[in-house]
Amino acid sequence: MATLAGKIQQVFDEPACGKNQAKSDKERKKGCSKQLQPGAAAGGCAFDGAKIALQPITDVAHLVHGPIACEGNSWDNRGAKSSGARLYRTGFTTDINETDVVFGGEKRLFKSIKEILDKYDPPAVFVYQTCVTALIGDDIEAVCKAASAKFGKPVIPVNAPGFVGSKNLGNKLAGEALLDHVIGTEEPAYTTPYDINIIGEYNLAGELWQVKPLLDELGIRILSCISGDARYHEVASSHRARAAMMVCSKAMINVARKMEERYGIPFFEGSFYGISDMSDSLRQIARLLVEKGAPAELTERTEALIRREEARAWERLDPYRERLAGKRVLLITGGVKSWSVVAALQEVGLEIVGTSVKKSTKEDKERIKEIMGDDAHMFDDMTPREMYRMLKEARADIMLSGGRSQFVALKAKMPWLDINQERHHAYAGYEGMVALVREIEKSLYNPIWEQVRTPAPWDAAPL
Amino acid sequence: MATVITSKKACSVNPLKMSQPIGAALAFLGLNRCMPLLHGSQGCTAFGLVLFVRHFREAIPLQTTAMNEVATILGGMDNVEQAIVNICNRARPEVIGLCSTGLTETKGDDVEGYLKLIRAKHPELDGVPIVYVSTPDYKDAFQDGWSKAVTGIVRQLAQPAAVRAERQVNVLAGSHLTPGDLEEIREMAEAFGLDPILVPDLSGSLDGHIPEDFSPTTLGGTRLEQIRAMGASRATIAVGEQMRPAAEALEQKTGVPYTLFERLTGLTANDRLLAFLSRESGRQVPDKYRRQRSQLVDAMLDGHFFFGGKRVAVGAEPDLLWDVGCWLAEMGCELEAVTTAHSPLLERLPSAEVTIGDLEDLERLAHGCDLLITHSHGRQAAERLGIPFLRMGMPTFDRLGAAHRLSVGYRGTRDLVFEIGNLFLANAHDNRPDTWTPAKEERHAGAPATAH
Repeated sequence: MATLAGKIQQVFDEPACGKNQAKSDKERKKGCSKQLQPGAAAGGCAFDGAKIALQPITDVAHLVHGPIACEGNSWDNRGAKSSGARLYRTGFTTDINETDVVFGGEKRLFKSIKEILDKYDPPAVFVYQTCVTALIGDDIEAVCKAASAKFGKPVIPVNAPGFVGSKNLGNKLAGEALLDHVIGTEEPAYTTPYDINIIGEYNLAGELWQVKPLLDELGIRILSCISGDARYHEVASSHRARAAMMVCSKAMINVARKMEERYGIPFFEGSFYGISDMSDSLRQIARLLVEKGAPAELTERTEALIRREEARAWERLDPYRERLAGKRVLLITGGVKSWSVVAALQEVGLEIVGTSVKKSTKEDKERIKEIMGDDAHMFDDMTPREMYRMLKEARADIMLSGGRSQFVALKAKMPWLDINQERHHAYAGYEGMVALVREIEKSLYNPIWEQVRTPAPWDAAPL
Repeated sequence: MATVITSKKACSVNPLKMSQPIGAALAFLGLNRCMPLLHGSQGCTAFGLVLFVRHFREAIPLQTTAMNEVATILGGMDNVEQAIVNICNRARPEVIGLCSTGLTETKGDDVEGYLKLIRAKHPELDGVPIVYVSTPDYKDAFQDGWSKAVTGIVRQLAQPAAVRAERQVNVLAGSHLTPGDLEEIREMAEAFGLDPILVPDLSGSLDGHIPEDFSPTTLGGTRLEQIRAMGASRATIAVGEQMRPAAEALEQKTGVPYTLFERLTGLTANDRLLAFLSRESGRQVPDKYRRQRSQLVDAMLDGHFFFGGKRVAVGAEPDLLWDVGCWLAEMGCELEAVTTAHSPLLERLPSAEVTIGDLEDLERLAHGCDLLITHSHGRQAAERLGIPFLRMGMPTFDRLGAAHRLSVGYRGTRDLVFEIGNLFLANAHDNRPDTWTPAKEERHAGAPATAH
């Protein structure tokens, strides 16, 4: 556990994180997870975060070492899509029993790895540590090492048991596992001056595929996406990329930063959400590639593509302006999405009456203020009851949030749109923004609202 | 008679099983104004929460003691105390259901001891009962957690009564029943003029009603005073073998005799229930049910052509497997069975074998079957097998209306005959010129299928 504790301290001290650097030494030592309040906490654990970050690697076996709860209660429930391999959707767990808890689960883990390699022959096995097996002292790193040596396949320990912290910490510990055991262990078949990594993009609902055709058109190759629609070999050879984009700012900053340090891969933080952000991201990718030696004409080609795509997107959004003008949106989400989506929604005439900044960095908050003006309605932590009131009293026309709070809106008989990880619609890039606005319009103008809000005849007036 | 086979694999592949604590938590969700609380890391609660939200498509109250590494090592007393105080201040529940997890059981937290100390320290919480149930994740399964929670509820909250309420009956409902099933059972009892108390009652809390205001706890479900009044009932109807311990505990404590109904899908199973209700109430079976019985008999006559000789693979927790499996056998189907944990019913299943295993085992057994029945996680297997797939059980996250799927009563059974019969009909193979030509591959037919 000493190494895990050290790892956590290291992850908490992130030089590339503005929020972290603004802290005093003492604050920094406490780490970036808020102390959880028993009986008033929500959100996933570090294991959950690690799994979210790595499960999108599609051709490996993801083996959860722990009791049935950790995998059995949650497997195959995320929308990360694959263009081929399906093994990532198979649930593997050691499902330890009482005897294992007493005598240790290492043997069962070792046997499990063997069974998986025999039956499914994946290029690698990722082994996830959990609370119970950490507590009883199962050394998954030693087991993985032994299994790797014996079976000649990479077996990667992901040491992020749930009780060490939040989902966000788990994302970062997952990144550390890749840095320690995967990245730089293989070589790509060939390289080009146009090779990039996209870090922190999970291809939810296939969003990467809304962006990839544009990169393809520019001749830019995604050497590796970490980890959306990724193959093991791609991640293992991702150290040969020329530049990187870091997508979900707080999730895998350590991966981007350390790859820059170790392999000289420059990165920028960007977003695929919203029209101007999408354009900025394309620009930055081109800029970094040119700086690293790609022909300068890439810049012009990129600008031309941006001009064409922006014009096309605005043209497609135009028909919605009239119907969306003045409609009020309550946006409950975290981090980057809060500002990049805000700008785009405002551009089609929607009014943002509130946005949550619970997971946002200081920089994020400043961007929001910039975009929304001084009267920005930023909520640090809005309780479900407050959201419900706001909708019930019709101070907002629609709520955009994650699946868990959907019923706050629906029970208030107000429109709601899923913009988190379980969503079925893809909202990235120019295509995605058009899709998002179309979904908002569909939702606001669905004929059910009037019907469901009308009371039963016998409740409306005495018969 | 079935041989019970326990999987010898070290690694469970595509779990069928879910864990005990969330089974217990779901039972608590069937109580009115309740807050279930898992004593474990926050992830234990988050996973359960997401699972229930996706299955029921409802807001789910579920809290956590938010154990971290240090608190686990030092013991979770402070966390349990803070959680209870916070919940009482914020959500004002009428009852709290506290479940341990693998983490805190491994550490060995003495939660009952904690609760005594917390009670002594916080007299202001005296009005809020806390039902504690020990549910380590590494033992048993979802259904067992539910069973233990209900046993805990009746043992702690039901009171012996001096005066009998002549028309009141208790219904102890197993975890395999949906809110729609419970509604049907309630209607049946009420049709005989009886006054049923359902415990737990998901049909009150998770039936999809639209409340007038936002509530941080459950809204609807069995009320505390109803549970206390169970001791006055004339009889207890326990539905599902898993409810036997709770029914026995209730009988011991209050003297109310129980009758166990192992299942309520199928003609004879429901005949037995209605005969019982008729005896207890002293009333004739209402015309409505005579009509429904006749409709079911007709459906069985119309449908049996398509059921006879079909092979059906079912993966479910023991009580649901028993319910569906026995009924399929009564319709003339052959059964391949996989389940999650031990139960006294398993050896009596109408199949040659029953495997305590996972969906990988089920997928292997389902080769050549005509239908796959399990929860939504069977979708990948069904796709690979290319056979019809009926979602039953928890979780059902990729179809609407999981809460209202009805499979008990004459009416529920009748609709199930139609639903499954239609799957067989839609998948019927037409004869072709080469139907009776011996196929070359037949030599390999016995070869095991390749994985994934």
